Amino acid sequence: MANILERGTPAPDFTLPVTPDQKLSLGEVKGNPVILAFYPADWSPVCGDQMALYNEVLPEFQKHRARLLGISVDGAWCHSAFARDRRLHFPLLADFEPKGAVARKYGAYREGDGFTERALFVIDKTGIIAWSYCSPVAVNPGADGILQALEELPR
Amino acid sequence: MATLKVPVTPEDHIQGDPNAELTLLEYGDYECPHCGRAHPIVKRVQKHFGRRLRFVFRNFPLTQIHPNAQAAAEAAEFAGANGRFWEMHDLIYENQERLSPPLLLALAEELGLDPPALREALAAGEFEPRVRRDFLSGVRSGVNGTPTFFIGGQRHDGPWEFEDLVAAIETRRALV
Repeated sequence: MANILERGTPAPDFTLPVTPDQKLSLGEVKGNPVILAFYPADWSPVCGDQMALYNEVLPEFQKHRARLLGISVDGAWCHSAFARDRRLHFPLLADFEPKGAVARKYGAYREGDGFTERALFVIDKTGIIAWSYCSPVAVNPGADGILQALEELPR
Repeated sequence: MATLKVPVTPEDHIQGDPNAELTLLEYGDYECPHCGRAHPIVKRVQKHFGRRLRFVFRNFPLTQIHPNAQAAAEAAEFAGANGRFWEMHDLIYENQERLSPPLLLALAEELGLDPPALREALAAGEFEPRVRRDFLSGVRSGVNGTPTFFIGGQRHDGPWEFEDLVAAIETRRALV
């Protein structure tokens, strides 16, 4: 498994497409905690479950004023079809060109496979990684680790 | 390994002897096809262990991919408030393929419950907090999809065919 960025590291900034004609930067959402959820691919069964779960847990994330961003190497059109099909209520970022560039910055790219790890980052409001976790690719990591990390953030 | 963070209490839906030595707990979604397939398997496991096992069911509806899951969970809770939880639970799973709001009302009628009262309870979200409480207890305990089973408070990972669950319960029993 990759060596993902650890707690205490400043979160590398990025700007990625969030829809076919809109981009989103990490810098734009600073000021509140950010949950960055790298996942291997839209449509694959485990990912679907994971994103479906986060979709249901969103109100809990919002209690911590945290913004959830999903991120994979799929393109923006693929993301929009996936998000519509699964009725996802949070943005999916397309780390598509150059492929996996943001995942690489976070140490979450799988070279041989060409997709990202199933890696989670909780970034505090000042832009420092407060918690990170890399799950085996076939295992849905759930949401308990994220919630605990959000609770432990300094107010 | 993930453990059950919210212990079983009398508030839970418990089938079998409340003081049984073994506990199988399921987080389930009434519209999830995998849970539908697990339903008869759980029945067989219960039969296998008899009085030694209690079965606990908690709601874990994935409401955005399963549009009827929340209403079904609330209907089961409505039945539970009228002392008929397990009958409703079984009927919903047995009729899972045609799950819809009218079906829930018809099932309530079949159980001798008051369909208009169920319709009102659903409209008012009377049992929504209870269902959400179950869901969040699952999230806390590392439930990542449905069905997720806990055996004696430990999450059961991997397959859940009859033989798998029986073996896991036996193993757990040998440990305690």
